[in-house]
Amino acid sequence: MSEARAQILAGIRKSLGRGKLEGEAAAALDRRLASHERILVPKRSEGDQAHKVGLFVEMAEAVQCSVDRLDSLADVPEKLADYLRRENLPAHIRRAGALDTLDIPWEKAPSLTFEGGRAVTEDAVSLTPALAGIAETGTMMLHSAPETPTTLHFVPDTHVVLLKESQIVGAYEDAWDMLRQKFGLKDGAGMPRTVNLITGPSRTGDVEQIIQLGAHGPRRLHILLVKD
Amino acid sequence: MQATSHSFKQNAHDALADAQLQKALSKMRPGFQQKRADVVAKLPEFEDLRDRGRDIKNHVLEHLDYYLERFEENVTRHGGKVHWCRNAEEARRTIMEICRSVDAKTVTKGKSMVAEEIGLNEYLEEHGVEPIETDLGEYIIQLRNEPPSHIIAPAIHVNKEQVVEAFRAKHTDLPPNRPLEEVGDITDEARTQLRPKYFAADVGITGANFLIAETGSTVIVTNEGNGDLTQTLAKAHVVVASLEKIVPTLEDASSILRLLARSATGQEFSVYTTFSSGPRRGADLDGPEEFHVVLLDNGRSAMLGTEYQEMLRCIRCSACMNHCPVYAAVGGHAYGWVYPGPMGAVLTPSLIGIDEAGHLPNASTFCGRCEQVCPMRIPLPKMMRHYRAKEYREGKTTPQVRTGLGLWSYFAKRPWLYRQSAKFGAALLGFLGGRKGRIATLPLASGWTSVRDMPAPEGRTFQQLYRMSGHGKKGDRA
Repeated sequence: MSEARAQILAGIRKSLGRGKLEGEAAAALDRRLASHERILVPKRSEGDQAHKVGLFVEMAEAVQCSVDRLDSLADVPEKLADYLRRENLPAHIRRAGALDTLDIPWEKAPSLTFEGGRAVTEDAVSLTPALAGIAETGTMMLHSAPETPTTLHFVPDTHVVLLKESQIVGAYEDAWDMLRQKFGLKDGAGMPRTVNLITGPSRTGDVEQIIQLGAHGPRRLHILLVKD
Repeated sequence: MQATSHSFKQNAHDALADAQLQKALSKMRPGFQQKRADVVAKLPEFEDLRDRGRDIKNHVLEHLDYYLERFEENVTRHGGKVHWCRNAEEARRTIMEICRSVDAKTVTKGKSMVAEEIGLNEYLEEHGVEPIETDLGEYIIQLRNEPPSHIIAPAIHVNKEQVVEAFRAKHTDLPPNRPLEEVGDITDEARTQLRPKYFAADVGITGANFLIAETGSTVIVTNEGNGDLTQTLAKAHVVVASLEKIVPTLEDASSILRLLARSATGQEFSVYTTFSSGPRRGADLDGPEEFHVVLLDNGRSAMLGTEYQEMLRCIRCSACMNHCPVYAAVGGHAYGWVYPGPMGAVLTPSLIGIDEAGHLPNASTFCGRCEQVCPMRIPLPKMMRHYRAKEYREGKTTPQVRTGLGLWSYFAKRPWLYRQSAKFGAALLGFLGGRKGRIATLPLASGWTSVRDMPAPEGRTFQQLYRMSGHGKKGDRA
């Protein structure tokens, strides 16, 4: 409906009492878009890396994430197997393909079995990486790609995320910078199809404002936080 | 939806007499208000963020055409399509055409107030497509066949027993004696019922909290994860959004996101904030094959440049209605259209006209709490006053109100007469109050005194007391 498009744009310009922006006026807006200027970043996440990691864990636990601190990737298999046993969960895991390239000695936990690909409704547990941890609210940034399918973030009852301490940043804006660098974002090109900011497991307050975990997404969000 | 805003007075009357509704509303205040206050206290920058949020949106509105064009460019670059729709009918038809093109039988839906605004569910049903609401609150009211009564807690007017009743009536394939007493049981049952629907749906429709010009992304903010399942598992993802949702960059969105959850549910951040940019890419294993943005005007572009432009800064957090004494007394349905509470009292007459919705700007005590808590600093009481003035100018107020106002202005323009009659009035009312100091009946004010006593003045007028307190001296007229 290009007629509707033209009419809406003309209506906006008429209401604003001007024509289409051109020349310097448009160039100034182009510059604003390209500058990625930060508006106002709260001070709470400022500090050294230890402060950011500490704040991330505190905020994530405050929204019902469970966090396991690991000394190295070598501990991942046993810690994961421990967690699943503790929570009485199946040891079959839908694992994001992105983790195949990491140097993790899976043979140390022979009880665990894995499958790749996208999630299906029978999946109980998924294991995925994250792009970043964001300290200010205990949020994780995850993105879609062939080796990190989005369904793994939402379909299984339990979502386990593998995150390195060096991936923790202070504010949302720091995470966007990280994303832009990783994907070479320029003028909007390169933005992954889906970027999920996830802060705790799924919940609802729709029945009498009583908070209930596990509405439609994962009931549990477990973070394996690895020193590096 | 069919508006009933014109009968606000009767709606409000009925709401006050509705025991179930009053029970449900009584739970609202401790929930939303306390949680917001607690979380705001933890962020020293909150007030500054409100200023910055207001400035971002003001900037956007002044350059709305530019940012919309950039947004469209970037959506197209990612393989998505923007559909510009002037009104509800165009938006409905556009969505229906998309449904037809993928031969859709069922549509899953994330929560969207714009979808309510265009009456999408009824339209889809009439055309043979089954819409399935997936947000728990929306699912409950769909089962009960009623509209939402709150913009983020659509079923806030429903008590738990009523939810159980609706589930037992509609989920007839389940054992009738199953336990459903706990909220956990209810949530689990909805989860189990809806799971297969996400996978079977041909089209997933969501709203958008933001549109980002820089990246061509649409953003949804949810807690349940239903919106993400809706848009990830369906063949086509349709985003329906009104055009003022746009912000320039990811940084602008981040700043306003810091205001949204805190103002809405009193959370530091909502559980899921999802940025969607186009359909499934080459080797992706999941995600929708098509990505459509239905961009709705429906009267908004005409609000630009008027005294109601600032209303377009609204981010639909619901803080105004959560703090409104009128909303707390009558609930959302009384407002008679999609948007209730103070934001609805301004937006509804702007979108559907004051002939239908002229009562709503009058449904305010002007206590000013809505403006105090609005994260975007929208001067809601001021705009309601604009509507009242407009209603008066256009001769749409009742003769009683016009006579009353005429009488009052006659006295108000003659200060000596005003003072004398106020003194006389205060003395007379004080006498009528007797020793109890309360007046049980008063001519012309039975609307007030039929349900409660009016406290009688204690002798002096307001102006006298004001002067005695040391105010109102010469040179202190501010």
